[in-house]
Order: sequence, then structure tokens, then C-alpha cells
Amino acid sequence: MDLISVAETALRSAFGPQAAFYALLAIGLNVHYGYTGLLNFGQVGFMLVGAYGVGISVATFGLSLWAGVGVAVILGIGLALLLGAPTLRLRSDYFAITTIAIAEVLRLLVRSSPATDLTGGPFGLQGVAVDFYAINPLSAGLSLGPLSYPVAVTWSLLVTWTLVVLTTVLVALLMRSPWGRVLRAIREDEDAARSLGKNVFSYKMQSLILGGVIGAFGGAMYAIAGSTVNADVFRPQVTFYAYAVLILGGAASRLGPIIGAVIFWFLFSFVQGFVRQAQSADLLPEFFSSGAIGGAALTLTGIGLMLLVVFRPQGIFGNKRELALDA
Amino acid sequence: MPDTSPTRSGPLADVPHEPNVAKPDPILVADEVRRSFGGLTAVDVDHLEVQRGVITAVIGPNGAGKTTFFNLLTGFDSPDHGSWSFNGVELTGQASHQIARKGLVRTFQLTKALSRLTVMDNMKLGAVDQRGERLLSAAFSALWREQEREIEERATEILERFQLLDKKDDYAGELSGGQRKLLEMARALMVGPELILLDEPMAGVNPALVQSLLRHVTQLRDDGMSVIFVEHDMDVVMNISDWVAVLAEGRVIAEGPPASILANPDVISAYLGSDEGADAFLDGE
Repeated sequence: MDLISVAETALRSAFGPQAAFYALLAIGLNVHYGYTGLLNFGQVGFMLVGAYGVGISVATFGLSLWAGVGVAVILGIGLALLLGAPTLRLRSDYFAITTIAIAEVLRLLVRSSPATDLTGGPFGLQGVAVDFYAINPLSAGLSLGPLSYPVAVTWSLLVTWTLVVLTTVLVALLMRSPWGRVLRAIREDEDAARSLGKNVFSYKMQSLILGGVIGAFGGAMYAIAGSTVNADVFRPQVTFYAYAVLILGGAASRLGPIIGAVIFWFLFSFVQGFVRQAQSADLLPEFFSSGAIGGAALTLTGIGLMLLVVFRPQGIFGNKRELALDA
Repeated sequence: MPDTSPTRSGPLADVPHEPNVAKPDPILVADEVRRSFGGLTAVDVDHLEVQRGVITAVIGPNGAGKTTFFNLLTGFDSPDHGSWSFNGVELTGQASHQIARKGLVRTFQLTKALSRLTVMDNMKLGAVDQRGERLLSAAFSALWREQEREIEERATEILERFQLLDKKDDYAGELSGGQRKLLEMARALMVGPELILLDEPMAGVNPALVQSLLRHVTQLRDDGMSVIFVEHDMDVVMNISDWVAVLAEGRVIAEGPPASILANPDVISAYLGSDEGADAFLDGE
């Protein structure tokens, strides 16, 4: 057993690309769920349109990367309008069901064979980020003790984490404004907000668009960092991981999504590494065949998350006093 | 703003004591408003005028359609038929937030304090036309800081009047039931209403607070607002209302000053037969 190397790998994932994408997804979800009370179970759909917005623009139509990012944002706004227009007036359960359905429909559409010319179908798109790596100004990768990444990864991490910081600051500014106050009021009681003259539908739509575009940025950076887009990535559990990240860090808190993403990926990667090492050292019971390792790691991560929620239900940065009022 | 001095026998002194009667200066006029749920007609109001600058009580046995009528007037429910106007402006078909902005503001029977907002945030939320509530200016606090300060000043004044100022940084969810009622009323004032609809403002409030709530309601009238309120407690109705409209099975069956209502045989027969009616009248006599 080499726990040091397991911990080092885990530390690298805690600040790695996955953590950064998930931080963006969770910041968007925080706008929806944490501040507005919108149960969006289809955040991965926003990630998908962001990724394919860049991917299709660049790989299929040969547009520039900047145009691709613009398309990603437009698609994010479009998806929010499409999703919100029919459902935001309904009770929140209907909205929740619709979000998960639309995200799945989008995934099946982009991976279907008839869409191959546009989206690459089941094969996805490659060569998305040639422009991006061509403008890499860095000459060497990050090397800070165990935190070391190759130069290309360092460049994409730098851009993605910068985006994380910028969106966090933007959301924090918006949420301490009267605009954010209206969103929180809607989360508490829509009818009360209406009785005070607030156009609840319009505010919910604005919230859906803002959080959706942030999620689309997550998808766009995902496509750029890996230079590929593949439909199989955008499965529903991505949304649930993003919820885990958000609740872990503390819903409706400013730094919650960032800290949540770092802790989630540290935990996830540590458990995976630990189980793998334990298996090769023959420490695991019989029924963990090599094929079940992924499942075992997920199970243990789940137990870890449950413990965190039991002993710290408000998350790392959440407000316990606020949470107590929920009952 | 009212042009009549709101004394109990003032502007309504010459109005006959009968249902659907016209008032000298109505702020709200409802015509043939009907709403049914399946086979049940919850509201069927032929004509109702509400006088400006007075306190009008809407009473009636349980299930008479009082709350449904409130919901219709404020856009929280849509009628099957009918029209109503406020200050001469047609409100039929308008959304609830548009109606609130025109100055017709309601409170709820089950208090809707916004639990995880502070008392002060609850208050500030009520102010209309806030620059900082627009997404594009929200991120730049320089654009709305000045207005926010004015709103906070106004909120502080109102909170002081409602004796909630020392609670301003508490979460609304931490207040007692009676304090929540006070907060809801105070918050409604932030909208700047001309007509305020209070749905059972005294329900679930401890008796010690009732007197203070009553004073606040009469204060609203003395400040020039018009008030409609739904109430079950006849003592309260007799105490503070200038005019009473009685709903039974969705219809207005009687109107008049409080004293005339107690003597009205239609009202007595609408109430009697239910324990609540007997109690209400015994208390009121």
C-alpha cells in the first residue's frame, strides 16, 4: 500500500480539470437551486449544449474558437428559454421532471446516427481546441510539489479556474443586490413575491439563463480542455455529482461550489486509488472482482458523502441558522 | 389619495343598507364576478363597490368564498366570468404582480413570511421600481446604493411603527406567529398600496397582540389608505370596520355599517345553524 501516492493523485484531481468543470456546473446549479429554489435536474444538458456549441462550430463548420464559445453561450440561453417557457409557471415538480427529460433527449439526439454529419454521432468530435493550445503562452507546466500537470493541462486549468473565479465573483455581486434578494424571496415563497409586485416568471427565467450559461461554460471548457466531445459523457449522473458538489460545499453559499468540487474530487479519486491499491495487495474480500472496483469506489464515496451530510447538513460553507428554519 | 375624512359615519352615512349598493367614491368596483370549482359556485358577486378611505370588513360563514374572492381580485386566481376595476382602471385578466404594482396589495391567511430572509430584507423586497432589481444593473452597486439607502430608511420607519425594529437582523422564520403577521402587514406597506386586503389578519394571533394589530389597521385608514379585511371574530369587526359586506355561498347577502349587520335577519339565518355563527353572534352582541 502506498497511501502517499494515492493522496498525491487525489490532490492532483482535486485541482484538476474535472474539479474545475464541476465547479462551473455547481456554480450554475447554485444560482438555480441554492438561490432561486429551482430544482434543475438537467444541468448536464447545459453542459452538453456548451460542449457541442464549441465542438460543432469548430470541428464541423471550421469556425474560430471564439465563435464557438459565442455559439455555446447562445445555445445555453436558448436551452433555458426552451426549458423554462412552458414549465416555469408550473409547480416545481413538473419543472424538475422536464429538466431531466430534456437533458436525456439532447444526449440521445447528439449521439444518434442520423446526426453523425453534425455531431459525429456515437464517435463524437475531435480536434476542437487546436486554436486554444496554439495560443498557450506558458512554456512549462505547473510543478508545485505533488501538484504537477503537463504544460497543456496547466494552460487549460488556468483558463477554467479563472472562469470559475470570475463567475463566482459575478454571482456573489448579483446575489447581494436587490436582484438576488428577489431570487431568494422566490425560493422562500413565490406567492409572497408576487403579492409584492415581483414578476416571478421573469426572475425565474433570468435565473435559469444565468445558471444555464455558467453550466454551458463548463461544457465549453470541457470540450476545449480535452479537444474532443463525446455524447456518452453527458449522462444524468453528471448532474447528480454536481448536486453532490453543491450540497457538500453548501447551497446558497458563495464559495460552496468551489470548495465542494475540490473536496468531492479529492474524495472520489482517493477512494478509487485506495480501492485499487487494496485490491492489488489482495486486501479486498472475494466478491470484489476486478470489474467491481469502480462500483466499490462509488459506494465508498457515497458513504463518505452521506457521513458529511449527516454531520454537517448545511455543507462546508452553508449557514446552519438558515438551514434550521427549513423545518 | 382619499378626499374624504374617514370617520365612521362620514362618507357612507347616506348609503342605504342593502347588498350591491353604490358608494359615493368607490376605489374598487366588481361586477358579476363568478368562480366555480366543479359543481360548486364559490363566488358569485353581482356587484360590489368598496368605498375609498374606509375599513370594509368582509364576513361570512366558513366556505362563503371570502378568500376565493380575495384571490380573484388580486390575480391569484382567475374568474370564470366577470370584471372589476380599481381606481377606474380595469384589472380583469391582469397578473398578480401587475395588480400589486397598481396599489392593490394583499396579505395571506396563512402568513407568508420569507423565512430565510432577514426582517429587513423582507421589508426592502416590498419596495417597487428598484433599479437594483434589474439584472443588468444589479452587479453594479453604485447604480442602486442610493435608492437602497432610501428604501432602508423607509423600512426602518415602518418597522419602528410596528415595533419590529429590534428584530430587523433576525430571520423572519425566527419570529413568533403574531410578529409574522405584523411583518407581513408592514411589508405590504412598502409596496405603497392605496387599497390593502388583509386576509384574516388576526387569525392565530395571541390576544395580547390583537389590540396592537387593530391599532395598526385603523392607523392605515387614518393614513389615507383603504382597507378590506376578512375576519371571523365579530368583536374585531364591530370594533374597527366602517362598513361590512356579508358573503354567504359566494353572494353578497347584506351590506351596511356594523350595527345594522347584527340586526339583519338574512345575516342571522346565513350564520345560524352553524356553531360558529351562534358563537360569533353571541360574542358580537
